[in-house]
Amino acid sequence: MTVRTPMTLSAVEAGAGLRAALSRPPAEVVDQMVASGMRGRGGAGFPTGLKWRLAAEADAPDGRRYVVCNADEGEPGTFKDRVLLAKHADLVLEGMTIAGYAIGAREGLLYLRAEYVYLRDSLLDSLRERREQGLLGREVAPGFDFDIRVHMGAGAYVCGEESALLESLEGRRGEPRDRPPYPVVRGLHGAPTVVNNVETFAWATAVLARGPEWFASIGTHRSTGPKLLSVSGDVARPGVYEFPLGVPIAEVLRAAGGTDAKAVVVGGAAGSCVPASEFGRTVSYEDVATGGAFIVLGPDRDLIDVAENVAEFFADESCGQCAPCRLGTVALLDGVRRLRAGNCTPDDVARLRRLGATMRLTSKCGLGQSSPNVFLSLLEHFPADMRVPVGTGGE
Amino acid sequence: MLTPPVADLALVADLDALLAEHGADRSALLPVLAGLRRRHGEISDAAMQLVAARLGIPPVEVLGVVTFYSFLRGGSARHVVRVCRTLACELAGAPDVWARLEREVGAPAGEATSDGAVVVERVHCIGRCDHAPALLVDDRALDDVTPADAAALVASLRGEARPT
Ligand SMILES: Cc1cc2nc3c(=O)[nH]c(=O)nc-3n(C[C@H](O)[C@H](O)[C@H](O)COP(=O)(O)O)c2cc1C
Ligand code: SF4
Ligand code: FES
Repeated sequence: MTVRTPMTLSAVEAGAGLRAALSRPPAEVVDQMVASGMRGRGGAGFPTGLKWRLAAEADAPDGRRYVVCNADEGEPGTFKDRVLLAKHADLVLEGMTIAGYAIGAREGLLYLRAEYVYLRDSLLDSLRERREQGLLGREVAPGFDFDIRVHMGAGAYVCGEESALLESLEGRRGEPRDRPPYPVVRGLHGAPTVVNNVETFAWATAVLARGPEWFASIGTHRSTGPKLLSVSGDVARPGVYEFPLGVPIAEVLRAAGGTDAKAVVVGGAAGSCVPASEFGRTVSYEDVATGGAFIVLGPDRDLIDVAENVAEFFADESCGQCAPCRLGTVALLDGVRRLRAGNCTPDDVARLRRLGATMRLTSKCGLGQSSPNVFLSLLEHFPADMRVPVGTGGE
Repeated sequence: MLTPPVADLALVADLDALLAEHGADRSALLPVLAGLRRRHGEISDAAMQLVAARLGIPPVEVLGVVTFYSFLRGGSARHVVRVCRTLACELAGAPDVWARLEREVGAPAGEATSDGAVVVERVHCIGRCDHAPALLVDDRALDDVTPADAAALVASLRGEARPT
């Protein structure tokens, strides 16, 4: 069984959110999203209502705007979008339609990672049914035409980064663009484009169906609404969990059966390693922000294995476009291997830390910027596992 | 329009069908290449030149795209087994699974078997960490894989045709 807690989305009736949206002017739909306080569920946490407003108000020279659903879900430890697309595709497609209405787009694209190709047929079936029901296609509402296509990815983690995703949709190598301009201003084919995560669209449908006050009443003041978490690793019950934002890490571990954990990698390879002493911290934008990945590490794990696995991941997945990431990811991997072999002096460790700081500051996109996170958090919290030679602990 | 250096009629016919389905512009490049890869295996130089000519882009751009994406590269075997090597799967025993796979196919990861039946690739997170260790067999997912499952898988793939 994959879904471990009751899902609020299971109780949201398909069609209700779209009906509620179409009964208002588009600007009011945007207002509702703003009032919900919702922030993007893909990891970066940008306020969704504001994103829609920026795209709606951006200049569209040829009148075209796009809605793009980011179903690239490549962050290690994340699988909740796969479950949503399998169980609640209707709510995702409906959220895209609502966004299309809100920003004045006629076309939506769902970028599905190649590894999820087995989900494509059921998505195409859902699209066909929605067209038959008049929820997609011509005249969804007077003057509002909107349709959605599924576009397959071809295997590259970096394509989850929104500007790389747009490059990929345009038939190019998935190399991130300079930002600004942001996609809301110049996105797909240069047109204003909203890119949102799968889960973000599903919750947008719920916000319209149930009202922004309902959504804002869940979670904390700055982190509203429920969040899906993907829990894996050393737990008795891996799977997808729903919690209100603001939930303590310890509570998630209790639910999943992993209370003896030594640490949790929250946020996947791009996230950070949280030690047991900090399990009282909360999953929220004001504390531990995450797209929802929890990779739990049991009491007997040697965490240098984690450091090496994550470093290999980034060395493989760097797109190679900018030097700090192309060279830095390889240097960090080499550093982890030298630590393991006992070949690092205190000075070497200090250099690795500085390298990590430089990569955070100077890499072109989020991949390179986040690639040292797990490594640096492990050095900080688990110097013994990381074979840090004594004398560098204070740096 | 350029004529392809090698007249592969089946390739041309498939390309025409793919262009009709996905549109004959640059944004169709990935789905078109993925379609060719699926039907014909490795995307040859001739295929890249043909695609470039049809879409009106330089062949080197097509090459750049093919080499960028892991699902477009390679492809000499009839079946691809993609074993996840990322954190959740490694914790759950993926190294034992791929060691067994390599032994059963008799070739290291990334190299096709001599009969061209199978290639094993070690890939990053495939989004099934709740069922680690997980792998993909062509388009299908296999969950909670044991080394014994891996051995049985190779035996059955040797007898199967390329998926369509
Ligand atoms: C390397 C990298 C990979 C990313 N992968 C994903 C992804 O798979 N899915 C996703 O929704 N966002 C991903 N993002 C974040 C996107 O760039 C973008 O912020 C997000 O799609 C916006 O949607 P949201 O505001 O609804 O979260 C990734 C970012 C980076 C830097
Ligand atoms: S940070 Fe890494 S992934 Fe991002 S553009 Fe630079 S090389 Fe490419
Ligand atoms: S880590 Fe293997 S499927 Fe995610």
